[in-house]
Amino acid sequence: MGTEENLKQLPLDDLHKAANARFGGFAGWSMPITYPLGVMKEHLHTREKAGLFDISHMQLFDVAGPQAAALLARACPLDASALHIGQSKYTFFLNDEAGILDDLIITRLGDDHFMVVANAGNAAADEAHLRGVAKGFDCRIDALDRVFIAIQGPQAVDVLRKAGIAGTDLAFMHGFEPKPGWFMSRSGYTGEDGFEIGLPEADARALVEKLFADERVAWVGLAARDSLRLEAGLCLHGHDITPDYDPVDAGLLWAIAKPVRETAGFIGADALLAKIATGSAKKRVGLKPEGRQPVRTDAELFDADGNKVGLVTSGGFGPSAGFPVAMGYVSKDLSALGSKVFAEVRGSRIPVEIHSLPFTPHRYHKG
Amino acid sequence: MAATYFTEDHEWVRVENDIATVGITDHAQDQLGDLVFVQLPDVGQSLSKGDATVVVESVKAASDVYAPLDGEVTEVNDATASDPSLVNSAAASDGWLWKMKLSNPDQLTGLLDEAGYKAIIG
Repeated sequence: MGTEENLKQLPLDDLHKAANARFGGFAGWSMPITYPLGVMKEHLHTREKAGLFDISHMQLFDVAGPQAAALLARACPLDASALHIGQSKYTFFLNDEAGILDDLIITRLGDDHFMVVANAGNAAADEAHLRGVAKGFDCRIDALDRVFIAIQGPQAVDVLRKAGIAGTDLAFMHGFEPKPGWFMSRSGYTGEDGFEIGLPEADARALVEKLFADERVAWVGLAARDSLRLEAGLCLHGHDITPDYDPVDAGLLWAIAKPVRETAGFIGADALLAKIATGSAKKRVGLKPEGRQPVRTDAELFDADGNKVGLVTSGGFGPSAGFPVAMGYVSKDLSALGSKVFAEVRGSRIPVEIHSLPFTPHRYHKG
Repeated sequence: MAATYFTEDHEWVRVENDIATVGITDHAQDQLGDLVFVQLPDVGQSLSKGDATVVVESVKAASDVYAPLDGEVTEVNDATASDPSLVNSAAASDGWLWKMKLSNPDQLTGLLDEAGYKAIIG
C-alpha cells in the first residue's frame, strides 16, 4: 500500500506521514486514505465533532474580468450575474450533449470576480475546457496553487471560532476572501456543516497546527470522505456522474434555475432542453442492500425476472447509517422508493431496495 | 501440541492433530481496516489449496481469504459473521474464520513459520 511512482504529493504530505496515514493513489495524487483512527471512527468523528480533510488535490480557479460572469454563464448552466457577492452555487461543465464533464462550486467574490472549485481528476481537462470557452471573453483565468483543507462536522464552526478564524458567521454555500491568498467558504461534501479553506502553504501549516490544539479535531482520510459523501447522497464525478449522464438522468436539475434553462445560453443547452422534454429512461437513486453485505461500484442491477435494469455507481458501508449503502441508476419504472431490484455480487443476486437520498440527514447551517 | 503456520496471503493456520484452524493475521486486518462483512464457507465444503474460501469486506473493499491447504470445512466461526469487527479486534484468536480437516498434511511443509512470515511483512 506504499505510494506509487508518478503520483503527485500533497504540499502537507509530511504532516500526513507524521500522523501515520496510510496512502493510496487517487486522481494522480498520493492521498491519505486512512489514519490510525480508521475509516469507521474517522467517519463517526466527523459526524460528531470536527474532521479535518486535506483536499489540496482539488483545483481552485480564480476567474476575473469584465466578462467573467458572462464566461461562466456560457461555460455552466448558471446565471453567474444573478449570484450576489459571497454566494456559492453547485453547477457543472456540460458538453454539447449535456453530458456532465465535471461538477463544480462557483462563488462570487466581487462584481467581476469568481472562484471555481473543480475536482482533482478533471482539473487539467477543466482548465483546458474553460480556457477554450474563454476565447473572446474579456477575463483572466488563474489556476491557483493552494493548500485546500476542509473542516467538517457539527463542531467545526466552534473550533474555528475558538481558533480566532474569521468567517464563522458565513451561511452555508457562501464564501469570501478573508485575507490575501485565502478563500474560505461554508461548504463541504460530507452532509455536515463545515468550511473549506484555500490558502498558501505556510499559512496552512500554521492553521493546521492551531486547529490541532483543539482536541475535537482529527485528520480524516479519503476513505471516510467517500463514505460520508455517499451517505449524504452526494455524487462523485467519474462514478455517479460522468459525461455519459446528463443532469436529467442524475436528478440534478434542481441545480439549474428555470430562467437559465429558458435563456439557454450555456453549452449543452439544446441537448438538455430536449432531454427535459423527453425525460430520462433512467434515474439516479439510493440503494439499500438487504443484510450486511456491501454492494459496490459497477455491480449490475436486475429485476425479479433477471433483466438488467441498472448499475451501481457507488457503494460501500455507511458507518452512521449502520448498513450498506449505495447509489446508482435504475430504469425509471423501478425507481420508486421501496421498489426491489437485485444486485449481482460474486455470482449471487442480493435484494436491494430503492432508498431515499440522503441516507443520513444533511445538517447544513442555513444561516 | 498445536503448531502455528502462516501463508504469504496473510493467513495463520493452527494445526492440532489433523484439524487446522484458519484466520487472517493481525497485519492483514490492520491493512484491510474496519471490517463490515464476513462471508463464511459451508460446513462440509471441500477445499483445495488456493480456493477463495471466505470474503472479508471492509468499508472500502472486498478481499478473498484463500484455503491454505486441501481439506474439508468442519466448523465456521459464526461470531465473525454477526460481528465482523471481531476479526479486527482479535484476528489471531477469537476472530478465527473456519476449521478444516486436512486431507494432505504434507502440504504443511510448504507454509511459513512465524519468523518467515515476519520477514515477509517486514
